Amino acid sequence: MPQSLFIDIKNLSVGYTSRSGKTIPVLRDVNLSITRGDSIGLVGESGSGKSTLALAAMGYFKRGLHVISGQVQFDGIDMLNIERNALQRLRGGRLALIPQNSGQSLTPNLRIGQQIIEALRLHSDLPATGFDAGVIDLLSQVRLPDPIGLTDRYPHELSGGQQQRVAIAMALASDPEALLLDEPTTGLDVTTQAHIMELLRDLAKDRNLAMLYVSHDLGAIARVCNKVMVMYAGETVLTGSAKQVLLSPRHPYAHGLLASIPRLNEASLPQALDGRPPMPSETITGCAFADRCKLADQTCHSSPPPLNHLETGEAVRCFHHDQIGQLNRKPEKSARSNPVVADKDIALSLANLAVSYSRPGLLSKLFTPQDTPPSTVDRITIDIKKGETLGLVGESGSGKSTILKTIAGMVPAQSGNIILNQTEPLDTMVEKRPAAYLRQVQIIFQNPDDSLNPRHTVAQILAQPLRLYYGLSGTPLRDRSIAILEQVRLGEHYLERLPSQLSGGEKQRVAIARAFAADPEIILCDEVTSALDVSVQAAVLDLLDVLKRQDGTTYIFVSHDLAVVKAISDRVAVLYQGRICEIGPVAAVYSAPFHPYTDALLGAVLEPDPDVAPRLTADDAVELSPPKTGCPFQRRCPRKLGSICETNIPTAQEIAPGHIIHCHIPQVDL
Amino acid sequence: MTVSSTSHQQEQGRFITVMKDILARPSGRIGLTLVLFHILLALLSPLIAPYDFKLQNSSLMLSPPSSEHWLGADHLGRDILSRTLMGGREALLVTGIATPLAVIWGGFIGILFGLVGGRVDEVLMRVVDAFLSLPWILKMLVLIVTFGTGIGVLIPTLTFFYGIPVIRVARAATHDIIARDFVWAAKARGHSRISIIWRELLPNVLDTLMVEGAMRWSWMLLAFSSLSFLGFGVSPPTPDWGLMISDARGFMSFAPWGVIAPVIGLSSLIIGINLSADALAKALGIDRAQKAPM
Ligand SMILES: Nc1ncnc2c1ncn2[C@@H]1O[C@H](COP(=O)(O)OP(=O)(O)O)[C@@H](O)[C@H]1O
Ligand code: SF4
Ligand code: SF4
Ligand SMILES: [Mg+2]
Repeated sequence: MPQSLFIDIKNLSVGYTSRSGKTIPVLRDVNLSITRGDSIGLVGESGSGKSTLALAAMGYFKRGLHVISGQVQFDGIDMLNIERNALQRLRGGRLALIPQNSGQSLTPNLRIGQQIIEALRLHSDLPATGFDAGVIDLLSQVRLPDPIGLTDRYPHELSGGQQQRVAIAMALASDPEALLLDEPTTGLDVTTQAHIMELLRDLAKDRNLAMLYVSHDLGAIARVCNKVMVMYAGETVLTGSAKQVLLSPRHPYAHGLLASIPRLNEASLPQALDGRPPMPSETITGCAFADRCKLADQTCHSSPPPLNHLETGEAVRCFHHDQIGQLNRKPEKSARSNPVVADKDIALSLANLAVSYSRPGLLSKLFTPQDTPPSTVDRITIDIKKGETLGLVGESGSGKSTILKTIAGMVPAQSGNIILNQTEPLDTMVEKRPAAYLRQVQIIFQNPDDSLNPRHTVAQILAQPLRLYYGLSGTPLRDRSIAILEQVRLGEHYLERLPSQLSGGEKQRVAIARAFAADPEIILCDEVTSALDVSVQAAVLDLLDVLKRQDGTTYIFVSHDLAVVKAISDRVAVLYQGRICEIGPVAAVYSAPFHPYTDALLGAVLEPDPDVAPRLTADDAVELSPPKTGCPFQRRCPRKLGSICETNIPTAQEIAPGHIIHCHIPQVDL
Repeated sequence: MTVSSTSHQQEQGRFITVMKDILARPSGRIGLTLVLFHILLALLSPLIAPYDFKLQNSSLMLSPPSSEHWLGADHLGRDILSRTLMGGREALLVTGIATPLAVIWGGFIGILFGLVGGRVDEVLMRVVDAFLSLPWILKMLVLIVTFGTGIGVLIPTLTFFYGIPVIRVARAATHDIIARDFVWAAKARGHSRISIIWRELLPNVLDTLMVEGAMRWSWMLLAFSSLSFLGFGVSPPTPDWGLMISDARGFMSFAPWGVIAPVIGLSSLIIGINLSADALAKALGIDRAQKAPM
């Protein structure tokens, strides 16, 4: 029997009306068809129209957007001209959506059981007597432990991964035939994400779902999708099987996108995809990608390329797709040669640093000292050499940001020392540190939307450190600001812009510029690329690397993304629950022998390659505080030895010079 | 070019952008038109009112609209059109002074609480909450009964009471902003407290306070008119919408024009303010949904 088209979008154009009354398209003539059993991945940079297309599949358009032309059909039903009630019944019924952060948007004051019952009541044919059993059944299907106990809990009592599973369970309540997912694992930890991907993959297969999966994460797409569609500036530029698109992309944009992903098996920085996509309001005469394309020629700039359907089954919107071979994966860029730092002076020493957020009252200190919770961060001893990049990896809550904030003097240390340039220990609070030291340590945050004051222009933002540390004003201030902007590859005309007038990548460049304006010795980078598109991330990593070479700056680079840390760091410390599990040169930490936690993290990384399956060793459970005694990883460790792991702090085993693993397992067995 | 002149120009630029954004919205256009219309009316009504608002003409008592008296006459035979045109002057004057004062003192205290934080802040906020939980009309009546009526009492009273909910809003906004990374970044750089408050905090909190002020204005108008309605606001024979509604309500069944005219006057102004506040909030990118009335 020929597979019927289940979701069928034909020649869809969607747009908004600008202030001047013009219609601005955000989707242009897009075709997408999904049969049951198909799982299609939708990829592209932010703003490329992915979410608009996914929502259009359920006949939904965000406020202000309207259909310009085309049709959307779901199992033969015309979704654009359907009566309101019928549409409402379809959505959340036969067609379920799991939006971004859906786990976080569970109703906070309703127990999990009640929320799922509500979904069952609205969208299933189950009689009321079957609800309780239905809830348990759904919770077990999404592989939540102890489904019965879970029904009585509130959302905030669950971890992010568990919440996301509950959201998936609710979407399954209606026994949907099609599932639309919009970035369902963004913001979750590596291990959690890997587990959720396995779950989705199995659900899609067991239920023969038609699935549309929107993500900027090509690793996730590779895991669950059999076909991939790449979008650029509201157009389809490439479709094909997951293998075709991810392993041998036939479009220059897809090629660039894949090359910009840092990979575990490569030692160099990924290749940046320079430039940015055109705004929907810009008029494009030729190929939308022409300004960024290395293959672009005269034709590309003057006439728009059609979507070519190739014999191999792919569809490519490119005049020169047959020349893609010229864009070899890794040109000139050689492996990143780490600057020799072995003989350099120590820039920063952390000596037995501990941080605790809990401040027990006097009474409990006197009478129940044993009840004080273990410190959030403990036993951090690291010497960082001048010009070195130290990576800190670990899941969220592992204390990475806490360590940076303590170094910056924003969170007081409980004990231990922070020593700059081998002088006397710094005061723990920033207010009491000598002014000369403040300039030497600068911090860059994850989200530039939050770290740049929305009311300040770029000029004002850069003026802050320049005025504070160097007393600049007037023309020297302006000249210096321009020079710094140029270093981060932004021009003078950015000076008068507000953050809201910049793209995500540009904002992060401004944040980087602000840190470098102080001409610091140490820069603390807290997840600085996590909020950016992969292509932008590559450019920011490259920029950080170039600046560091120029100025010999020392970085402490925090990220939950192991591949990113590998690409930029010289040395890596793996943290779990605020304690170091393993530390050493990048090459040593990313290859055997491993600490069991490093092994679990590396195994869970999703590579953008459909042929590589993750290795899931540890559960994705989330612990709220470290254990009081023994190894921090004891509760999740798949190789736990026994009671020794619960009672004794693992000793540091020096595997090779500078490569240390904290584990009771003898070195030969690691 | 000095930096202060840049930032000044930038403020100007921002004012124009925000204004344009407000005017691009139907709610902003309608709202601002209504508010402007009422302000002009308050200024010019003594000149354009067809009759003397005090003039009593017993032969006209409760007469219906006619070609001489377009909106008829009230129970004392005074021209309703003239009185309605002038009925917003007192209200606009009092609330026009009390609203900015309320936003200033409430905003100041709120920002202070927000900055101090900790126990002190919590205790003080409990007091504010307890105070807010009392019905507003009761609190005001107690004060007015003690000190008497008249502008000299009404302005301080309204300023005081309407500043208290502003404390809440200013404090919440302060908490919000000081937790953001740009404030952390400024602290880590070692800027002084004053500089952080002045450069990082205030510009962002002021946006919220502006929207809050517009909202407070409409609530204050309503309160002012209610007080007049109850006989504690404007004293006769000064025309005032609240008072007019109160006077005319006994004759509503056979002379409804006496109530309808001031009601239209009052509600069109309040709707105008609300629509403008809405457009302003959207233009500034502030979510107003959570703000509850006093
Ligand atoms: N301000 C705070 N007050 C109390 N606990 C906090 C605070 N900030 C972080 N924590 C806790 O400290 C632990 C480490 O957090 P964090 O340093 O943010 O980790 P990471 O940056 O690795 O995600 C977590 O358990 C977190 O809940
Ligand atoms: S059509 Fe030209 S510009 Fe566009 S992707 Fe192909 S080669 Fe590049
Ligand atoms: S010390 Fe024990 S619990 Fe900890 S990682 Fe090693 S084996 Fe696992
Ligand atoms: Mg963090």
